Amino acid sequence: MDAHVAQLQMQYRNYILSLYQQGFLDDQFTELKSLQDDGTPDFVAEVLSLFFDDCVKLVGNMARALDQTGTVDFSQVGANVHQLKGSSSSVGAKRVKGLCINFKELCEAKNYEGCVRCLQQVDIEYKTLKAKLQDMFNLEKQIVQAGGIVPQVDIN
Amino acid sequence: LDLQFLFAMGMAAAECQFHVLAVDDSLVDRKLIERLLQKSSCQVTTVDSGYKALEFLGLRQGTESNDPTALSPSPQVRKSLLLSFEKEVNLIITDYCMPGMTGYDLLKKLKESPAFKNIPVVIMSSENVPARISRCLEEGAEEFFLKPVRLADLNKLKPHMMKTKLKNQKLEEIETPSDDENGTVAAVEPEIKDSVEMEIKMLPLQSETEPKRVLLQVVQQEEQMLSNNKRKSMEEGLSTDRPRPRLEGIATAV
Repeated sequence: MDAHVAQLQMQYRNYILSLYQQGFLDDQFTELKSLQDDGTPDFVAEVLSLFFDDCVKLVGNMARALDQTGTVDFSQVGANVHQLKGSSSSVGAKRVKGLCINFKELCEAKNYEGCVRCLQQVDIEYKTLKAKLQDMFNLEKQIVQAGGIVPQVDIN
Repeated sequence: LDLQFLFAMGMAAAECQFHVLAVDDSLVDRKLIERLLQKSSCQVTTVDSGYKALEFLGLRQGTESNDPTALSPSPQVRKSLLLSFEKEVNLIITDYCMPGMTGYDLLKKLKESPAFKNIPVVIMSSENVPARISRCLEEGAEEFFLKPVRLADLNKLKPHMMKTKLKNQKLEEIETPSDDENGTVAAVEPEIKDSVEMEIKMLPLQSETEPKRVLLQVVQQEEQMLSNNKRKSMEEGLSTDRPRPRLEGIATAV
Protein backbone atom coordinates (compact mmCIF):
# COMPACT_ATOMS: atom_id res chain seq x y z
CA MET A 1 0.00 0.00 0.00
CA ASP A 2 1.26 3.43 -0.94
CA ALA A 3 2.87 5.10 2.07
CA HIS A 4 1.84 8.54 0.92
CA VAL A 5 -1.81 7.54 0.65
CA ALA A 6 -1.68 5.88 4.06
CA GLN A 7 -0.22 8.99 5.58
CA LEU A 8 -2.88 11.20 4.02
CA GLN A 9 -5.58 8.85 5.23
CA MET A 10 -4.25 8.97 8.76
CA GLN A 11 -4.05 12.73 8.60
CA TYR A 12 -7.65 12.81 7.41
CA ARG A 13 -8.82 10.49 10.16
CA ASN A 14 -7.14 12.54 12.84
CA TYR A 15 -8.52 15.74 11.41
CA ILE A 16 -12.08 14.49 11.39
CA LEU A 17 -11.75 13.16 14.93
CA SER A 18 -10.41 16.50 16.12
CA LEU A 19 -13.38 18.32 14.58
CA TYR A 20 -15.71 16.17 16.62
CA GLN A 21 -13.60 16.34 19.76
CA GLN A 22 -13.39 20.11 19.60
CA GLY A 23 -17.15 20.31 19.25
CA PHE A 24 -17.32 21.66 15.73
CA LEU A 25 -19.38 18.71 14.56
CA ASP A 26 -21.86 16.33 16.13
CA ASP A 27 -23.51 13.05 15.16
CA GLN A 28 -25.84 14.72 12.71
CA PHE A 29 -22.79 15.31 10.54
CA THR A 30 -22.10 11.59 10.75
CA GLU A 31 -25.66 10.99 9.58
CA LEU A 32 -25.09 13.33 6.62
CA LYS A 33 -22.02 11.39 5.60
CA SER A 34 -23.92 8.14 5.82
CA LEU A 35 -26.47 9.46 3.35
CA GLN A 36 -23.79 10.04 0.76
CA ASP A 37 -22.96 7.16 -1.54
CA ASP A 38 -21.34 6.45 -4.89
CA GLY A 39 -24.47 7.67 -6.64
CA THR A 40 -24.48 10.95 -4.71
CA PRO A 41 -20.79 11.70 -4.06
CA ASP A 42 -21.35 15.44 -3.61
CA PHE A 43 -24.27 15.31 -1.25
CA VAL A 44 -22.43 16.48 1.87
CA ALA A 45 -20.65 19.25 0.00
CA GLU A 46 -23.93 20.43 -1.50
CA VAL A 47 -25.79 20.51 1.79
CA LEU A 48 -22.96 22.34 3.50
CA SER A 49 -22.83 24.84 0.68
CA LEU A 50 -26.52 25.57 1.18
CA PHE A 51 -25.93 25.87 4.90
CA PHE A 52 -23.17 28.43 4.50
CA ASP A 53 -25.31 30.39 2.04
CA ASP A 54 -27.98 30.40 4.74
CA CYS A 55 -25.45 31.69 7.27
CA VAL A 56 -24.49 34.61 5.06
CA LYS A 57 -28.11 35.50 4.43
CA LEU A 58 -29.33 35.14 8.00
CA VAL A 59 -26.37 36.88 9.62
CA GLY A 60 -26.93 39.72 7.17
CA ASN A 61 -30.61 39.92 8.12
CA MET A 62 -29.79 39.95 11.79
CA ALA A 63 -27.09 42.59 11.41
CA ARG A 64 -29.59 44.82 9.61
CA ALA A 65 -32.27 44.19 12.20
CA LEU A 66 -29.87 45.07 15.01
CA ASP A 67 -28.61 48.12 13.20
CA GLN A 68 -31.88 50.00 13.59
CA THR A 69 -31.29 53.32 15.31
CA GLY A 70 -34.44 53.44 17.33
CA THR A 71 -36.43 50.32 18.15
CA VAL A 72 -34.88 47.00 17.32
CA ASP A 73 -37.36 44.36 16.25
CA PHE A 74 -36.15 41.50 18.44
CA SER A 75 -38.78 39.13 17.13
CA GLN A 76 -37.35 39.65 13.67
CA VAL A 77 -33.87 38.88 14.96
CA GLY A 78 -35.30 35.88 16.80
CA ALA A 79 -36.98 34.55 13.67
CA ASN A 80 -33.65 34.57 11.86
CA VAL A 81 -31.91 32.92 14.80
CA HIS A 82 -34.58 30.23 14.76
CA GLN A 83 -33.87 29.50 11.12
CA LEU A 84 -30.13 29.41 11.67
CA LYS A 85 -30.55 27.13 14.63
CA GLY A 86 -32.59 24.82 12.45
CA SER A 87 -30.16 24.55 9.61
CA SER A 88 -27.09 24.28 11.83
CA SER A 89 -28.83 21.46 13.66
CA SER A 90 -29.60 19.74 10.37
CA VAL A 91 -25.98 19.68 9.24
CA GLY A 92 -24.37 18.90 12.57
CA ALA A 93 -22.74 22.30 13.05
CA LYS A 94 -22.61 21.89 16.80
CA ARG A 95 -20.96 25.13 17.87
CA VAL A 96 -23.09 27.31 15.62
CA LYS A 97 -26.19 25.60 16.94
CA GLY A 98 -25.07 26.14 20.52
CA LEU A 99 -24.55 29.84 19.90
CA CYS A 100 -28.02 30.07 18.37
CA ILE A 101 -29.56 28.65 21.51
CA ASN A 102 -27.92 31.41 23.58
CA PHE A 103 -28.82 33.95 20.96
CA LYS A 104 -32.47 33.00 21.14
CA GLU A 105 -32.55 33.67 24.87
CA LEU A 106 -30.85 37.02 24.38
CA CYS A 107 -33.49 37.98 21.83
CA GLU A 108 -36.28 37.00 24.17
CA ALA A 109 -34.67 39.08 26.90
CA LYS A 110 -34.31 41.93 24.39
CA ASN A 111 -30.68 42.21 25.42
CA TYR A 112 -29.26 44.47 22.75
CA GLU A 113 -25.58 44.31 23.65
CA GLY A 114 -25.82 40.59 24.23
CA CYS A 115 -27.36 40.10 20.81
CA VAL A 116 -24.73 42.17 19.05
CA ARG A 117 -21.95 40.22 20.77
CA CYS A 118 -23.59 36.91 20.02
CA LEU A 119 -24.04 37.81 16.39
CA GLN A 120 -20.34 38.57 16.13
CA GLN A 121 -19.57 35.18 17.63
CA VAL A 122 -21.93 33.44 15.21
CA ASP A 123 -20.23 35.21 12.34
CA ILE A 124 -16.78 34.08 13.47
CA GLU A 125 -17.98 30.57 14.23
CA TYR A 126 -19.59 29.75 10.93
CA LYS A 127 -16.61 31.15 9.04
CA THR A 128 -14.24 29.09 11.15
CA LEU A 129 -16.28 25.96 10.48
CA LYS A 130 -16.36 26.73 6.79
CA ALA A 131 -12.56 26.94 6.69
CA LYS A 132 -12.18 23.71 8.67
CA LEU A 133 -14.52 21.83 6.37
CA GLN A 134 -12.77 23.22 3.35
CA ASP A 135 -9.55 21.73 4.70
CA MET A 136 -11.36 18.44 5.18
CA PHE A 137 -12.59 18.43 1.58
CA ASN A 138 -9.09 19.32 0.36
CA LEU A 139 -7.67 16.34 2.24
CA GLU A 140 -10.29 14.12 0.62
CA LYS A 141 -9.29 15.42 -2.78
CA GLN A 142 -5.62 14.79 -2.07
CA ILE A 143 -6.33 11.22 -1.02
CA VAL A 144 -8.31 10.52 -4.18
CA GLN A 145 -5.70 12.18 -6.38
CA ALA A 146 -3.03 10.03 -4.75
CA GLY A 147 -5.06 6.99 -5.78
CA GLY A 148 -6.54 6.20 -2.39
CA ILE A 149 -10.03 5.92 -0.96
CA VAL A 150 -11.39 8.38 1.58
CA PRO A 151 -11.70 6.36 4.79
CA GLN A 152 -14.92 6.08 6.77
CA VAL A 153 -14.08 7.53 10.14
CA ASP A 154 -15.64 5.81 13.11
CA ILE A 155 -16.31 8.48 15.69
CA ASN A 156 -16.92 6.03 18.52
CA LEU B 1 -54.80 -11.39 5.25
CA ASP B 2 -56.77 -10.02 2.35
CA LEU B 3 -55.56 -10.17 -1.18
CA GLN B 4 -55.53 -6.44 -1.69
CA PHE B 5 -53.00 -6.10 1.07
CA LEU B 6 -50.83 -8.60 -0.77
CA PHE B 7 -51.28 -6.60 -3.96
CA ALA B 8 -49.95 -3.53 -2.17
CA MET B 9 -47.11 -5.45 -0.56
CA GLY B 10 -46.15 -6.87 -3.93
CA MET B 11 -46.14 -3.49 -5.55
CA ALA B 12 -44.30 -1.95 -2.68
CA ALA B 13 -41.66 -4.63 -2.60
CA ALA B 14 -41.34 -4.69 -6.36
CA GLU B 15 -40.42 -1.08 -6.90
CA CYS B 16 -41.07 0.76 -3.67
CA GLN B 17 -42.57 3.57 -5.72
CA PHE B 18 -43.99 5.57 -2.90
CA HIS B 19 -44.34 9.20 -3.78
CA VAL B 20 -43.79 11.60 -0.93
CA LEU B 21 -44.54 15.29 -0.99
CA ALA B 22 -42.14 17.10 1.36
CA VAL B 23 -42.90 20.61 2.54
CA ASP B 24 -40.29 22.81 4.24
CA ASP B 25 -39.35 26.46 3.95
CA SER B 26 -35.70 25.70 4.69
CA LEU B 27 -33.60 24.85 1.67
CA VAL B 28 -31.11 22.89 3.76
CA ASP B 29 -33.89 20.81 5.27
CA ARG B 30 -35.54 20.23 1.89
CA LYS B 31 -32.28 18.91 0.56
CA LEU B 32 -31.90 16.67 3.56
CA ILE B 33 -35.41 15.25 3.57
CA GLU B 34 -35.19 14.68 -0.17
CA ARG B 35 -32.04 12.61 0.26
CA LEU B 36 -33.46 10.70 3.21
CA LEU B 37 -36.56 9.80 1.23
CA GLN B 38 -34.58 8.81 -1.85
CA LYS B 39 -32.43 6.61 0.35
CA SER B 40 -35.67 5.00 1.50
CA SER B 41 -36.49 4.31 -2.14
CA CYS B 42 -39.20 6.91 -2.43
CA GLN B 43 -40.05 9.33 -5.18
CA VAL B 44 -39.84 12.83 -3.77
CA THR B 45 -41.37 16.16 -4.66
CA THR B 46 -40.31 19.08 -2.49
CA VAL B 47 -42.08 22.40 -2.13
CA ASP B 48 -41.26 25.35 0.06
CA SER B 49 -44.70 26.22 1.42
CA GLY B 50 -48.10 24.87 2.36
CA TYR B 51 -49.62 26.91 -0.46
CA LYS B 52 -47.38 25.24 -3.01
CA ALA B 53 -48.22 21.86 -1.51
CA LEU B 54 -51.93 22.50 -1.99
CA GLU B 55 -51.32 23.74 -5.52
CA PHE B 56 -49.37 20.62 -6.33
CA LEU B 57 -52.18 18.45 -5.07
CA GLY B 58 -54.64 20.43 -7.14
CA LEU B 59 -56.52 21.75 -4.16
CA ARG B 60 -55.81 25.34 -4.88
CA GLN B 61 -57.11 26.50 -8.21
CA GLY B 62 -54.65 29.34 -8.58
CA THR B 63 -55.30 32.81 -9.93
CA GLU B 64 -57.75 31.77 -12.65
CA SER B 65 -60.39 30.58 -10.24
CA ASN B 66 -62.95 32.84 -8.60
CA ASP B 67 -62.08 31.35 -5.26
CA PRO B 68 -58.32 31.06 -4.93
CA THR B 69 -58.59 28.99 -1.80
CA ALA B 70 -61.07 26.48 -3.17
CA LEU B 71 -60.59 23.14 -1.53
CA SER B 72 -62.43 20.87 -3.93
CA PRO B 73 -60.62 20.02 -7.13
CA SER B 74 -62.63 20.29 -10.34
CA PRO B 75 -63.99 16.94 -11.59
CA GLN B 76 -61.39 16.98 -14.35
CA VAL B 77 -58.51 17.57 -11.96
CA ARG B 78 -59.88 15.00 -9.59
CA LYS B 79 -60.07 12.35 -12.28
CA SER B 80 -56.55 13.03 -13.45
CA LEU B 81 -55.30 12.95 -9.88
CA LEU B 82 -56.90 9.64 -9.09
CA LEU B 83 -55.91 7.87 -12.25
CA SER B 84 -52.58 9.43 -12.92
CA PHE B 85 -49.39 8.18 -11.35
CA GLU B 86 -47.82 11.59 -11.68
CA LYS B 87 -49.56 13.24 -8.79
CA GLU B 88 -50.44 10.22 -6.71
CA VAL B 89 -49.07 11.08 -3.31
CA ASN B 90 -48.69 8.39 -0.71
CA LEU B 91 -47.53 10.61 2.10
CA ILE B 92 -47.05 14.26 2.94
CA ILE B 93 -44.27 15.23 5.30
CA THR B 94 -44.25 18.82 6.41
CA ASP B 95 -42.33 21.14 8.67
CA TYR B 96 -44.39 22.71 11.43
CA CYS B 97 -42.91 26.22 11.59
CA MET B 98 -43.37 27.88 8.25
CA PRO B 99 -44.27 31.47 7.44
CA GLY B 100 -47.81 32.08 6.23
CA MET B 101 -49.30 28.61 6.40
CA THR B 102 -47.88 26.46 9.17
CA GLY B 103 -47.62 22.68 8.92
CA TYR B 104 -50.58 22.50 11.26
CA ASP B 105 -52.65 24.76 8.98
CA LEU B 106 -51.75 22.56 6.05
CA LEU B 107 -52.70 19.44 8.00
CA LYS B 108 -56.09 20.91 8.82
CA LYS B 109 -56.77 21.88 5.23
CA LEU B 110 -55.87 18.42 4.03
CA LYS B 111 -58.05 16.68 6.60
CA GLU B 112 -60.95 18.93 5.64
CA SER B 113 -60.61 17.94 2.01
CA PRO B 114 -62.64 14.92 0.90
CA ALA B 115 -60.11 14.14 -1.81
CA PHE B 116 -57.01 14.21 0.35
CA LYS B 117 -57.96 13.51 3.92
CA ASN B 118 -56.77 9.94 3.58
CA ILE B 119 -53.23 10.81 2.60
CA PRO B 120 -51.11 10.24 5.69
CA VAL B 121 -49.47 13.41 6.98
CA VAL B 122 -46.34 13.57 9.08
CA ILE B 123 -45.23 16.70 10.92
CA MET B 124 -41.60 17.61 11.58
CA SER B 125 -40.41 20.17 14.07
CA SER B 126 -37.15 21.34 15.56
CA GLU B 127 -38.95 22.03 18.82
CA ASN B 128 -40.18 19.49 21.31
CA VAL B 129 -43.41 21.09 22.46
CA PRO B 130 -45.78 18.44 23.85
CA ALA B 131 -48.88 20.60 23.35
CA ARG B 132 -47.93 21.10 19.72
CA ILE B 133 -47.30 17.40 19.20
CA SER B 134 -50.62 16.32 20.67
CA ARG B 135 -52.50 18.99 18.76
CA CYS B 136 -51.07 17.67 15.50
CA LEU B 137 -51.78 14.07 16.33
CA GLU B 138 -55.32 14.95 17.34
CA GLU B 139 -55.83 16.73 14.06
CA GLY B 140 -54.91 13.52 12.28
CA ALA B 141 -51.17 13.53 11.76
CA GLU B 142 -49.79 10.00 11.67
CA GLU B 143 -46.44 10.78 13.20
CA PHE B 144 -44.52 13.68 14.62
CA PHE B 145 -40.78 13.72 14.03
CA LEU B 146 -38.30 15.86 15.87
CA LYS B 147 -35.67 17.38 13.64
CA PRO B 148 -33.16 16.53 12.50
CA VAL B 149 -35.06 13.65 10.95
CA ARG B 150 -33.09 10.43 10.61
CA LEU B 151 -33.29 7.50 8.24
CA ALA B 152 -34.58 5.34 11.07
CA ASP B 153 -37.56 7.68 11.51
CA LEU B 154 -38.58 7.19 7.91
CA ASN B 155 -38.77 3.43 8.34
CA LYS B 156 -41.85 4.03 10.44
CA LEU B 157 -43.59 5.51 7.44
CA LYS B 158 -43.82 2.53 5.12
CA PRO B 159 -46.99 1.07 6.69
CA HIS B 160 -48.75 4.45 6.42
CA MET B 161 -47.83 4.84 2.77
CA MET B 162 -49.00 1.36 1.93
CA LYS B 163 -52.51 2.27 3.03
CA THR B 164 -52.89 4.79 0.24
CA LYS B 165 -51.22 2.49 -2.28
CA LEU B 166 -53.83 -0.08 -1.43
CA LYS B 167 -56.65 2.38 -1.84
CA ASN B 168 -55.38 3.71 -5.15
CA GLN B 169 -54.84 0.20 -6.46
CA LYS B 170 -58.60 -0.30 -6.20
CA LEU B 171 -59.20 2.77 -8.35
CA GLU B 172 -56.52 1.88 -10.89
CA GLU B 173 -58.05 -1.49 -11.60
CA ILE B 174 -60.30 0.09 -14.20
CA GLU B 175 -57.33 1.47 -16.13
CA THR B 176 -56.04 -1.04 -18.66
CA PRO B 177 -52.27 -1.27 -18.98
CA SER B 178 -50.99 -0.37 -22.45
CA ASP B 179 -48.09 -1.84 -24.47
CA ASP B 180 -45.31 -3.53 -22.61
CA GLU B 181 -41.74 -2.91 -23.69
CA ASN B 182 -40.40 -6.43 -23.77
CA GLY B 183 -36.81 -5.38 -23.36
CA THR B 184 -37.36 -3.49 -20.16
CA VAL B 185 -39.69 -6.09 -18.72
CA ALA B 186 -37.22 -8.90 -19.21
CA ALA B 187 -34.45 -6.92 -17.62
CA VAL B 188 -36.44 -6.00 -14.55
CA GLU B 189 -38.27 -9.26 -13.93
CA PRO B 190 -35.75 -11.35 -11.98
CA GLU B 191 -35.19 -8.52 -9.53
CA ILE B 192 -38.88 -8.10 -8.82
CA LYS B 193 -39.48 -11.82 -8.37
CA ASP B 194 -36.86 -12.10 -5.67
CA SER B 195 -38.08 -9.21 -3.62
CA VAL B 196 -41.72 -10.26 -3.90
CA GLU B 197 -40.82 -13.76 -2.79
CA MET B 198 -39.09 -12.28 0.20
CA GLU B 199 -42.24 -10.42 1.07
CA ILE B 200 -44.28 -13.60 0.86
CA LYS B 201 -42.12 -15.28 3.45
CA MET B 202 -42.53 -12.36 5.80
CA LEU B 203 -46.32 -12.36 5.66
CA PRO B 204 -48.35 -14.61 7.92
CA LEU B 205 -50.20 -16.27 5.04
CA GLN B 206 -53.44 -18.15 5.44
CA SER B 207 -53.88 -21.76 4.34
CA GLU B 208 -54.24 -21.50 0.54
CA THR B 209 -50.96 -20.06 -0.61
CA GLU B 210 -51.19 -21.28 -4.23
CA PRO B 211 -53.90 -18.93 -5.54
CA LYS B 212 -52.15 -16.01 -3.90
CA ARG B 213 -48.86 -16.77 -5.61
CA VAL B 214 -50.57 -16.79 -8.99
CA LEU B 215 -52.18 -13.48 -8.14
CA LEU B 216 -48.85 -12.00 -7.19
CA GLN B 217 -47.33 -12.99 -10.53
CA VAL B 218 -50.18 -11.13 -12.19
CA VAL B 219 -49.41 -8.16 -10.01
CA GLN B 220 -45.77 -8.25 -11.07
CA GLN B 221 -46.65 -8.11 -14.75
CA GLU B 222 -49.22 -5.41 -14.25
CA GLU B 223 -46.85 -3.42 -12.11
CA GLN B 224 -44.14 -3.62 -14.78
CA MET B 225 -46.57 -2.40 -17.42
CA LEU B 226 -47.87 0.38 -15.23
CA SER B 227 -44.38 1.40 -14.24
CA ASN B 228 -43.36 1.55 -17.90
CA ASN B 229 -46.18 4.02 -18.46
CA LYS B 230 -44.90 5.88 -15.49
CA ARG B 231 -41.39 5.95 -16.90
CA LYS B 232 -42.72 7.64 -20.01
CA SER B 233 -44.59 10.29 -18.11
CA MET B 234 -42.13 10.74 -15.28
CA GLU B 235 -40.22 13.70 -16.49
CA GLU B 236 -42.56 16.29 -15.05
CA GLY B 237 -40.53 17.66 -12.20
CA LEU B 238 -41.87 19.99 -9.60
CA SER B 239 -39.01 20.12 -7.14
CA THR B 240 -37.94 23.68 -6.85
CA ASP B 241 -34.39 22.84 -5.92
CA ARG B 242 -32.82 20.75 -8.65
CA PRO B 243 -33.70 18.46 -11.52
CA ARG B 244 -35.34 15.26 -10.45
CA PRO B 245 -33.26 12.15 -10.79
CA ARG B 246 -33.93 9.88 -13.73
CA LEU B 247 -36.13 6.90 -13.11
CA GLU B 248 -33.42 4.33 -13.90
CA GLY B 249 -31.46 5.55 -10.91
CA ILE B 250 -34.50 5.40 -8.66
CA ALA B 251 -35.63 1.98 -9.78
CA THR B 252 -32.33 0.37 -8.92
CA ALA B 253 -31.64 2.35 -5.75
CA VAL B 254 -32.35 0.57 -2.53
